[in-house]
Amino acid sequence: MQPFVMRESMEFDVVIVGTGPAGLSAAIRLKQINPALSVVVLEKGVEVGAHILSGAVVDPIGIDALLPGWRREEGHPFKTVVTQERFLMLGEKGAWNIPNALMPGILSNRGNFVVSLGNVCRWLARKAEALGVEIYPGFTGVEVLYNKAGAVIGVVTGDMGVKKNGSHGLNYMPGMELLGKYVLIGEGARGSLAKEVIARYALDRECSPQRYGIGLKELWEIDPIYHQSGLVLHSFGWPLDECTGGGSFLYHMEGNKVSVGFVVHLDYKNPYLSPFEEFQRFKTHSAIRGIFTGARRVAYGARALTEGGWQSVPKLIFPGGVLIGCAAGFMNVPRIKGSHNAVLSGMVAAEHVAVAIAKGRAHDEVAGIEDSWRVGVIGRDLLPVRNVKPLWAKYGTKLGMMLGGFDMWCQQLFGFSFFGTMHYKKTDSAMLEPAFLHDPIRYPAPDNVLTFDRLSSIYLSNIRHEDDEPCHLLIKDKKLQEMSELTVYGGPSIRYCPAAVYEWISEGNNKRYVINAQNCIHCKTCDIKDPNQNIEWTSPEGGEGPVYSDM
Amino acid sequence: MKIIVGVKRVVDHNVKVRVKADGSGVELANVRMSINPFDEIALEEAVRLREKGTASEVVAVSVGADAAQETLRTALAMGADRAILVMGGEALQSLEVAAVFKELVQIETPDLVIFGKQAIDSDRNQTGQMLAGLLGWGQATFASAVNIENDEAIVAREVDAGIQTIAVRLPAVITADLRLNEPRYISLPNIMKARKKTIEKKTLSELGLTRKSHLKVLKVEEPTVRKPGIRVNGVAELVEKLRHEKKLL
Repeated sequence: MQPFVMRESMEFDVVIVGTGPAGLSAAIRLKQINPALSVVVLEKGVEVGAHILSGAVVDPIGIDALLPGWRREEGHPFKTVVTQERFLMLGEKGAWNIPNALMPGILSNRGNFVVSLGNVCRWLARKAEALGVEIYPGFTGVEVLYNKAGAVIGVVTGDMGVKKNGSHGLNYMPGMELLGKYVLIGEGARGSLAKEVIARYALDRECSPQRYGIGLKELWEIDPIYHQSGLVLHSFGWPLDECTGGGSFLYHMEGNKVSVGFVVHLDYKNPYLSPFEEFQRFKTHSAIRGIFTGARRVAYGARALTEGGWQSVPKLIFPGGVLIGCAAGFMNVPRIKGSHNAVLSGMVAAEHVAVAIAKGRAHDEVAGIEDSWRVGVIGRDLLPVRNVKPLWAKYGTKLGMMLGGFDMWCQQLFGFSFFGTMHYKKTDSAMLEPAFLHDPIRYPAPDNVLTFDRLSSIYLSNIRHEDDEPCHLLIKDKKLQEMSELTVYGGPSIRYCPAAVYEWISEGNNKRYVINAQNCIHCKTCDIKDPNQNIEWTSPEGGEGPVYSDM
Repeated sequence: MKIIVGVKRVVDHNVKVRVKADGSGVELANVRMSINPFDEIALEEAVRLREKGTASEVVAVSVGADAAQETLRTALAMGADRAILVMGGEALQSLEVAAVFKELVQIETPDLVIFGKQAIDSDRNQTGQMLAGLLGWGQATFASAVNIENDEAIVAREVDAGIQTIAVRLPAVITADLRLNEPRYISLPNIMKARKKTIEKKTLSELGLTRKSHLKVLKVEEPTVRKPGIRVNGVAELVEKLRHEKKLL
């Protein structure tokens, strides 16, 4: 029995969950419109930016709208403008440059910046605090509070100091209720509170299932002779096979740093596939490996991203709140970026919520948000590319990319698509096929110079989790995990997890499922890809997980 | 009884530090900083002494850059009554810090000064001892238990041979070891309250001090990477490798 604990509660005008670009932009916009509004923002990471991981090439369209004049200010993080773009198709041996002239105009990165999105968030947080926004890193939103009418009225922060067996330790501290007229959920892809409200209010009733990818990233300090500030390189093809979507990014940032990463679409079918090892293998390609000569890896991380696009964005509004940013899913897959839409979606939500509050409203649906995003800037960004990812998923890499390119050209030249709007039928987890249909993939062993294993990688993620806390990764049915995840699917969790959290350990004739929750870097891939939806990611204690810097 | 606690802003203990490319120090740009864990323990002990009624006031002091205000906010949220920031530039050495505390002790007249036994960035383990020396006070280092009885502190010290219990007359300097206590979690309402408190600021010159370094850092380098082991297929191969590759047999 859990002892009964009284929680304190506090009231605000607006409660925001998550200090990503969406949450912070919403907070800033609210205070710009009405400085008297009380706005609180929760962040589960130990500081703002600690759990932010992105490429990132940022389209400044959002920041320009939010903070006009920012370019003239000191101390902003946008130091490296994109100077050159290359798009490669990789084969096992060769690499083909796709001429920029063939690329549809919307894919151009002209005027965009290579940045650390974590540092952008740290900068936005300073802006928000200067406007009087209260930001509390180290505090998770773990529970949604509803009133009798069924509307959201706030969130509860996580308890601290709970022991593994559920008892309260000596320094136990109960969570707190943060009540707001409106709650904005900006937890990023597959947020746990967003998942709950989407299910409760059936917000995804009329859209395609959301689709996801896993992005893995490393930060390297490279030899200055190979460094070319502002060079942006993308690739597709090898090492992924024809029927697996994904590709790489490699961005030259300031300070001789290179941000290199790999995205694998989580609709892959082969349970033997390991996104982590595909990434490691990618770096060994003859067209890539050279720039890492004499370089050192300084950071590693991974995070799921939403990829469904236009047709997978759920209804954003529910009584008492709004989904913002990737908690809804505004990533533009062919442009390989979404943070600009996250900023814009936070702003749209803030503008309508501020008006509603000014009219004395609370805990209701703010309909204007739903009506405006599809016809506004975000919609105009996502609509023309809506078929690119479905075409890729349906026709494989080569044909799919050609059709996708053709479709984007049609959109650019004639403003229409031959394909209408292609929908997704299944979730990513349902796309996984039984192991007997596939052959195991043999990945090369790491050389510990250019390629690494998971444990030496997460060492660079600065992870912390309390030893004696309840496991935050819940297996709903333990038997099912062995009967299906292991026996039918060959234990894909040991491969899709980028942090070596899951293990199947042999004990005599039996296999035991071991969950090394302390390794978790909060990417949420298990919650998305487990074939039976049997793993649930929940928030551990506030302030835990990775501490990314410059990521 | 008044207690002063020294708190230092250091690279967070979860961060894997890396040496700057030019070997001049550790990379600090955009790296997470937090309160030195031993200082957090020192502060927790002071706050507990106040909660028990032994102490009446806890003053947290940090010496360093403007950013150390964050660390003092944490100290206030944990329960310090007041906070003082002595702005003296960065990378002060132990003797300089001890000199700052000596001046503050003369202004504040505390009965007890508690530090963490060492800061996890420089690992010098000197400031507490130096302050006691400068003031001519008693000192109890590496404390794992503290009890105040009348005008004495009864302190259990973690020494190599086990636990040594000593009595030290107040005023005194105590330095906290890891097992002294387990610091509390900071509650949201306490953080909110701490943000509203003012942090007193002083400069080195206001305390009549100037920078004087006694040490020069020549070079900082990372430990050499240990080569990974290899797996051999049997005793014969092992013997072969030891004999011919390592020439040990």
